[in-house]
Formats: sequence, structure tokens, C-alpha cells
Amino acid sequence: MIPRPFDYHAPSSIAGAVALLGQYGDDAKLLAGGHSLLPMMKLRFAGPGHLIDLNKIPDLKGIALAGGELRIGAMTTENEIIFSKLIAEQVPLLVETARQISDPQVRYRGTIGGDIAHGDPGNDHPAVMLALGALFVLTGAGGQRTVPAAEFFLDTYATALEPGEVLTEIRIPVPAPGSGSCYAKLKRKTGDFATAAAAVVIRLDGAACAAASIALTNVGPTALLASDAAASLLGKRIDDAAIAEAARLAMAICQPAADLRGDEDYKIAMTGQMVERALRIALGRCRA
Amino acid sequence: MAKKTQVSFRINGSAVDVLVEPRELLIHTLREKLAVTGPHIGCDTSHCGACTVDLDGVSVKSCTMLTVQCEASEILTIEGFAKGGQLHPLQEGFAAEHGLQCGFCTPGMITRAYRMLQENPSPTEEEIRYWMSGNICRCTGYQNIVKAIQYAAAKMRGEEVQSSHPLMAEAGV
Repeated sequence: MIPRPFDYHAPSSIAGAVALLGQYGDDAKLLAGGHSLLPMMKLRFAGPGHLIDLNKIPDLKGIALAGGELRIGAMTTENEIIFSKLIAEQVPLLVETARQISDPQVRYRGTIGGDIAHGDPGNDHPAVMLALGALFVLTGAGGQRTVPAAEFFLDTYATALEPGEVLTEIRIPVPAPGSGSCYAKLKRKTGDFATAAAAVVIRLDGAACAAASIALTNVGPTALLASDAAASLLGKRIDDAAIAEAARLAMAICQPAADLRGDEDYKIAMTGQMVERALRIALGRCRA
Repeated sequence: MAKKTQVSFRINGSAVDVLVEPRELLIHTLREKLAVTGPHIGCDTSHCGACTVDLDGVSVKSCTMLTVQCEASEILTIEGFAKGGQLHPLQEGFAAEHGLQCGFCTPGMITRAYRMLQENPSPTEEEIRYWMSGNICRCTGYQNIVKAIQYAAAKMRGEEVQSSHPLMAEAGV
């Protein structure tokens, strides 16, 4: 399978990429790790006239801690996340998530920014970003703006990125000390997208739940923030009944599409299971 | 048709220049322009790992890379493993432990295992299975591939190695 012809550009700066996007408009696509876009181009579902490769831009790389936030360059790869001691210490949920994405070769190329900006509800980072309350830095010709994850994912393959903008950095508030988190993903085999998955971040005050967020992968047109499910836990002891109720509320917002991974009822049921599993594991990881 | 571009990189230690359209995939350049036919086309959809090459210190599926992305890169394929008529420990391990049957996946398996062992010289069986999960073998059931990689890892650490296969051991392999 061979893509349609296109012109290739490899800018060395963010400004260069933004200028090329401005110049070629709708006829251009940004190339990150390429493991979603190149297969689509090979199948000729996508046929951009211009491909703007972000791999030669050093400013899109890097992992740093600044002002209580983890700042990750959009072109940081999944394996760089897995191998990062700083991320493992500060936001271990991100390492757990990256470890469940695709396979080793894909993780050497695939990037957190590409995973987010593609807007695919089957990708794993969007739900995790929702659960962590991440912020996305979008850079365009007019400068930078910051958009919360909760306002970024608009529909399948549709995000808050305006034409001419590039996702340049991901900012993740480091969860409060003692928080517990988990990303529980059901997949049929290595490399597959989730049948259903749940990201959970919780914090306890004594025995009671002081903070909770829950988000879901691949059971709607976008990753879904299960706000009612999370709110149902607040102030309560997270026991079997509370976990079952949160799972029920999370299942209530699912709108999965039936496919080879299962029918709608199965996917909704598995979402409930993943929420329960993630909550139990996250609870065990909380420190008082 | 987009204009062709010259791309220069090093493959198995040798500098090469190729003239490609931007849409040309690395696997096609390797196999058709450079006659480097160790990397195989299995699925052509980045699932099977038969086309795996080592590019600038990471394992990549060359069916999902454009050749134009490889300017100034250093590429290693199975052709670059044996040195001076001496098999690489991974090649020796795959032979000694029967880590292949048809052999179609083997160049990708060995190239991937090489990078894994650079990052982790003493992987557990679980780690081998996890970090080799991007390569599919339809013959062996993976057991002997794991053994082959363990054999190579031990040899590369300077340890004594022997095939776990009784006849191979008796023959002194």
C-alpha cells in the first residue's frame, strides 16, 4: 500500500511548522509519530498534499517539572514516557497508560501529542488527560493559548485546535500527595484499541473520598469525563456499594459503537468492570 | 507526482544516497533500491513487526516510516549482525534454541531483541514477552524465541551458554 503523492516538509522550529500550516491550510497534515496518519494515507483514507513532519523540532521534546505541573513536549514518545523517572515519580498514571498503548515499536514512534491531537476516542491519553485535569498549549500564528482537556475533545477526530494551530505542550497538574490512580484497559490483544477503559484519580481524607475523577476510553464519540460517577464518591467511604454506584453512573453516559470488539451492551458492561477495577486499584494506591 | 528528493543515511555502517518520492516507505527503499531484503513485508499495516529495523537507537516498523524521514540516520538491519563470518549471539541463540521454523519473522525478531537487550541486558521472561510483543511469529508459539533471547542475553553478558535442546547440546552447540 502506497500513499498518494505529497510534498514533504521538515521544519526545525515551531514557528516554521505554524508558518507552513498557514501557507498550505487544509491541504496540509502534521506528522507526529505517524502510526495513525501513515496507515490512513496508505489506505488512502487521507491524502494530504503537504506533510509537515514535526520530528525535527527540538522544542517539541522534553519532560520537566515547573510550578507543580509536569510539562511534556507534544512530540515526547510513549517509550520516553515509560522510561522517565520524573514521570514515574510525579504522575505514575501516565507511565501505566503508556505501557498499555500498542506495542514496543509503535511506542518508540508514537507521541503523546499525536495521541491527543488526533481526536480518536480509541486513543488512551485523552481519557487520562481528562482524569488528570491536564491543560494543552496550542500555538498558532497569533501566539499561544491554553485549553483544558475538558474543553478540547469536541467529537470524533474533532478537537478545539483551530486551523493553523499546533499542539505544542501538555501540562499536567501533579496530583496531590497521597492520591491514588489507575488506568484499567480491556483489550483483545497487544496493539488493539480498548474495548473499554477507565482512568481514575482519587484522594482520601481519612476514610472518606476527598477528590475523585473518572474518565472513559472508546465508549463514545470522544473520551468521556464521568462527572456524576466521580461526584457520587465524594465524602463517602469507597466501599463495594459506592464502587458499584460509581460504575453504574459511568455506564449511564456510555454511547459505544458496536464493532468487532463487541456490541453496545457488552462494551457498556465492560466499562462498568473497568471503572470498578480502576477504582479498587487506585484505592489501594492511596496513601493517607 | 511530487519531485524526488535525495536522502542520505548509513545502513549497516555504509553511507548510501537514495533518490525517492516523499511517499516512498522505508521498507520499499531497503528492499527494492538497496537490496537489503532481510526486513520483510508481513502485514504492511504496522502490526506484525517483520519489517523491524533499528533506526537511530530505536526499533521501528519500516512499513510505517517514510524514507525522507531518515536523512542523516543510522540504520541497522539483520544484514549488519554477523561480523567477520561470526554469527551475532542472537543469531546463534535462534539457531541453538530452534527460535524459528519458517524464518519469515526472524530478521525482525532479532533486530527488535537486539535493541531490547541494549536497554535491558538481563530481562526476565515476562519482560521479554512484553518488550517483544510487537513481533508476531505464526510458527513457534514463542517459547523457543524466548529461550533464544535468553541464550543470547547470557552470552552477551559473558556467561557460559548451552542449547536447551538435548541433541544440540550433545552436538556441542
